[in-house]
Amino acid sequence: MREGLTNLLSGLPQWLQDIALPVLFGLIPAVIIVLGVVTPVGLVGIWGERRIAGKIQDRVGPDRVGISLGPIKSRLFGLGQSVADGVKLLGKEDFIPPGGLGLMFLCAPLVVFAGALALFAALPFGPALWAADPNLGIFYLLSVGALEVLGVLMAGWSSNNKWSLLGAMREVAQVISYEIPMAIAALCPVLLAGSMKMSSIVADQTNGLDLWGLHIAAPEATALGWNLFAAFPFNIIAFVVFYICALAALKRAPFDLPECESELVAGFLTEYSGMRWSLFFLGEYAAMWAMSGIATVLWLGGWTGPLHGFLAGVDVGPIPGGVFFGTLAFVVKTTILFLLMIQIRWTLPRLRLDQVMSLCYKYLIPAAMLCMLASGAAALLASGGAGS
Amino acid sequence: MGAQIAFWIFAIVTLGSALAAACARKIVHSAFALMATFFGVAGIYAILGSDFLAVTQVLVYVGGILILICFGVLLTDRVPDEYKVAQPRRWLPAAVAAGLSAVALLGALQATKWPVAAAPAAAESTVEEIGRSFMTSYLIPFEFASILLLVVLVGAARMARGGTR
Repeated sequence: MREGLTNLLSGLPQWLQDIALPVLFGLIPAVIIVLGVVTPVGLVGIWGERRIAGKIQDRVGPDRVGISLGPIKSRLFGLGQSVADGVKLLGKEDFIPPGGLGLMFLCAPLVVFAGALALFAALPFGPALWAADPNLGIFYLLSVGALEVLGVLMAGWSSNNKWSLLGAMREVAQVISYEIPMAIAALCPVLLAGSMKMSSIVADQTNGLDLWGLHIAAPEATALGWNLFAAFPFNIIAFVVFYICALAALKRAPFDLPECESELVAGFLTEYSGMRWSLFFLGEYAAMWAMSGIATVLWLGGWTGPLHGFLAGVDVGPIPGGVFFGTLAFVVKTTILFLLMIQIRWTLPRLRLDQVMSLCYKYLIPAAMLCMLASGAAALLASGGAGS
Repeated sequence: MGAQIAFWIFAIVTLGSALAAACARKIVHSAFALMATFFGVAGIYAILGSDFLAVTQVLVYVGGILILICFGVLLTDRVPDEYKVAQPRRWLPAAVAAGLSAVALLGALQATKWPVAAAPAAAESTVEEIGRSFMTSYLIPFEFASILLLVVLVGAARMARGGTR
């Protein structure tokens, strides 16, 4: 296909070809991969959250809204709630608060959504299935989180409302604090793999268990090579620290102080309604899934593991088995972490602001630093001591 | 060609938003226009092959310094309006200062001999080279920077705990 298109374009002037080829073979597939994942993840995520919340907290509605046409009655797994929500959101007034900051108010949801979208750009879904695989993969992923903070800050400021501003300030304080243990915890797999490239981190998790210099060779399908078990037990702690920090960075309950319905109305979302409000939520679910994906790549072997190890040779139609089952394994692991986030939200009560801060600075940062030291020592032992 | 187009896009974004940051009437608008400036500069770094510098630019300037600036703006909302709104009444000294800086920069650009090195064969990462340099040739500056940051951390903790202890 690539050659055919190149031939087709060869009649054009050279400068036009120079622009068209990178766009055709680089930009457009990348955009398709990213948008083709983000939108379904957001929609399914919102439906899943409503339904799981309905089941856990016994909320009548989200888990059973279906159709009822005379004799035909079906709950349709609560899918009716999503349709009803969508119709309601479309019908809402598109309100822009007075105060002269309308442009910032309109841009804020876009900036937040762009931050969530940027996470997908370097997320490897399967073997060779990614929009980009930069050498600085994980470093890049940690840096684009800043966009979301800025978007929330823009929203809080331009809403011209004290609840919004308080929510935005809480968001900034919380996310900036939790970025520190998150980055330190993410360093553990980087140290073990000796690379920040996402595909190298995954490839490093296929060749068996490394226990403090003792190498136990095991096939990929046993999943013993996952970073989760490396430098035992410190990477399990690092994984838990990263997951807690991801919850806080995504402002999910029990860390949902920036929204905090019982104190701040809806925090930085107070003045938003209709589709702009739902863009914030689409971004939130996309970012939740992407964060789960990052945790999967860093500690749970990415696309490797039992499914990929056993079935890599079995082709599914035209798709090579390695790609199909690898991607399936990645999606399954990521979705499990994603569903766990939803369950945590509906199970745990909200923390107080001082508790959020002391958890971060007094417990998570020292724990993450200890894990980083242990991982560094384990990597040094595995490579045969200093100087190598 | 593609790199040139990207360069011009990033250059226009950087300069346009820098102009907006300098000319905005409200200090909040300046702060958020600065965000586009930082991203534009990061894009230019990426085009020039310094991927590490580009991501660090986003991490440090957008993720750290800009958020601190915004936080400062939010906390100082109560200052009188005459400080919040930039007024173009001192344009003459500003123009003179800007003109002199431009002349000095152009002079420096002309006087410097720019070494021309062959482009690296493949787009390889700069991280390993930077890490190696930090641990060998530039170990002392690196350690000085860490000590400075440690002192700042200790000082910030001391100030946050209050003056009596």
